[in-house]
Amino acid sequence: MTSVAEKPPRQDVPPEPVRPTLRQRLSRWDVRFSPYLYIAPFFVVFGLTGLFPLLYTGYVSLFDWEIGDDDPKFIGLENFVTLLGDAQFWNAVVNTISIFVLSSGPQLVIAILLAALLSLRLRFPASWRVGILLPYSASLVALGIIFANLFGPRYGLVNAMLEAVGLDRVEWQANRFASHLAIATMVNWRWTGYNALIVLAAMQALPRDVYEAAVVDGAGAVRRFFSITLPMLKPTLIFVVVTSTIGGLQIFTEPKLFDAMPGSNNGGSQHQFQTLTLYLYQSAFEGFDLGYASAIAWLLFLLIVLIALVNFLITRRVAATTGLKR
Amino acid sequence: MTVRIFPRGRGGSRFFVYATLIAFVAGSLFPFYWSFLVASRDTGMLSDHLPPLLPGGNFWANAGRVFDAVPFWKALGNSLIVAGTVTLTTVLFSALAGFAFAKMRFRGSNGLFVFIVVTLAVPTQLGVIPLFIMMSDLGWAGHLQAVIVPNLVTAFGVFWMRQYIVDAVPYELIEAARVDGCSVFGTFVHVCLPAIRPAAAVLAMFTFMMSWNDFLWPLIVLDAGNPTVQVALEKLQSGHYVDYSLVLAGTTLATIPVLIVFLLLGRQIVSGIMQGAVKG
Repeated sequence: MTSVAEKPPRQDVPPEPVRPTLRQRLSRWDVRFSPYLYIAPFFVVFGLTGLFPLLYTGYVSLFDWEIGDDDPKFIGLENFVTLLGDAQFWNAVVNTISIFVLSSGPQLVIAILLAALLSLRLRFPASWRVGILLPYSASLVALGIIFANLFGPRYGLVNAMLEAVGLDRVEWQANRFASHLAIATMVNWRWTGYNALIVLAAMQALPRDVYEAAVVDGAGAVRRFFSITLPMLKPTLIFVVVTSTIGGLQIFTEPKLFDAMPGSNNGGSQHQFQTLTLYLYQSAFEGFDLGYASAIAWLLFLLIVLIALVNFLITRRVAATTGLKR
Repeated sequence: MTVRIFPRGRGGSRFFVYATLIAFVAGSLFPFYWSFLVASRDTGMLSDHLPPLLPGGNFWANAGRVFDAVPFWKALGNSLIVAGTVTLTTVLFSALAGFAFAKMRFRGSNGLFVFIVVTLAVPTQLGVIPLFIMMSDLGWAGHLQAVIVPNLVTAFGVFWMRQYIVDAVPYELIEAARVDGCSVFGTFVHVCLPAIRPAAAVLAMFTFMMSWNDFLWPLIVLDAGNPTVQVALEKLQSGHYVDYSLVLAGTTLATIPVLIVFLLLGRQIVSGIMQGAVKG
């Protein structure tokens, strides 16, 4: 089979009953093997740059491994042991969860209400949707810089406005809770409109007849929203909650750029808003300790899986008890 | 009788609905406007007791200083190369894989597809350390291919394309093309590609925006001399003294192109998100 590569000329030969022609065999191979060829790019790219690094992170975490180190030393689980006794690690865990709760909770509630408003019969419906999605187009870096400026301790617009209405200025970077609030505001600003559109799409796909029956039974708009709309949105809400968990717990850009000392990876002078990914980045590319950073990566991964699972269960339960089984 | 999920508002409630939406859109726009406001004045304005509400005339001067402070042209070019390449390959490879999963029977196809969907939930960011080691060993650190190669195709893209192709490309057309002597790749080019243009356009927009705005990985693997736009912006900000007019001129320069594209294609992006949400 040396001449396989050449395409045989087109001709109208009657098919031989026993031996398939070369052309038929080529065609059969084509059908059998091309699907594998077409899906190969994904598996090659994901295998080499996604799956392998993820597993290799586990391997690196067992070593005392510095950047540029040709002969890393195997130390078993020591990185993990150190990490579990590392106050800065636990501080980062608390910060990450705090920022996550402050952002995803209000974001989901507002997104659902916003979706309810957008599902009304409005003038220029498309324009409103584009309008609320605008923040999604902004880069996180630009956002981080802009919000760091707005929340600036001395010349920030937010403090200027607080003072204008007679309130005290807030140390947005220095105060731990205030810094979490400011970072959560950034996250919410970017993602609320996006999530509202996802919820809106699901709302529009809900079956009308249930609502008609409810109207006949005399249920008001508010009652219909809580007893029909919310429970039927369950799958979508689970989707939104799980994706925002995965994204929210990896938060990096916002806290990195929010620092009063730009370029620092400390997450504030007292690490008051250092998140896990920021600590991971600091350990790896400022402390040059790749083993330790890999251990952080694995614990972060476990935390994400754990919280995503808990959220999944809660969302399912909450949506199920509001009433109406499908 | 048709019942809307929410009845048409009347009088006061209608006013409330529009007022809320206007407040939301104004809030969405405000940080962009603030960024431009500061960028078009000099940093001294920030120490004024109440900031001005209208832009000043210094924008081009400040923008000029951005190009002096960081290699901004180079960053723009790099971002275009990276986002452009990633968008092209993602759409092409996703369409090919989506076509295979949607319209071809082959051993293991179900299992392989489920695997792809599961990988959607795996935060690939967590593998950045070994990925960095790999790129250093290859000698790719500091070069654009280190940013491009890991993003050549995405699980989301394959999933998205498959969902669309299932409905958009009828089997009859594929069979007809096969009978006429088309190879499998031929049917992909002549039957599948023309039918999936809308989905491909949406995927292209998403991919371009994501790639253009990506930060963590380019920050790790590229250096200050050869940055993407996002990395250059961060470098602009990380001096000892932050010149906000300069920095926000940089963010404005980096945002305006994306914002224009977004406003032009906003409707398609919105419908793309809503379509993906229903099907996902």
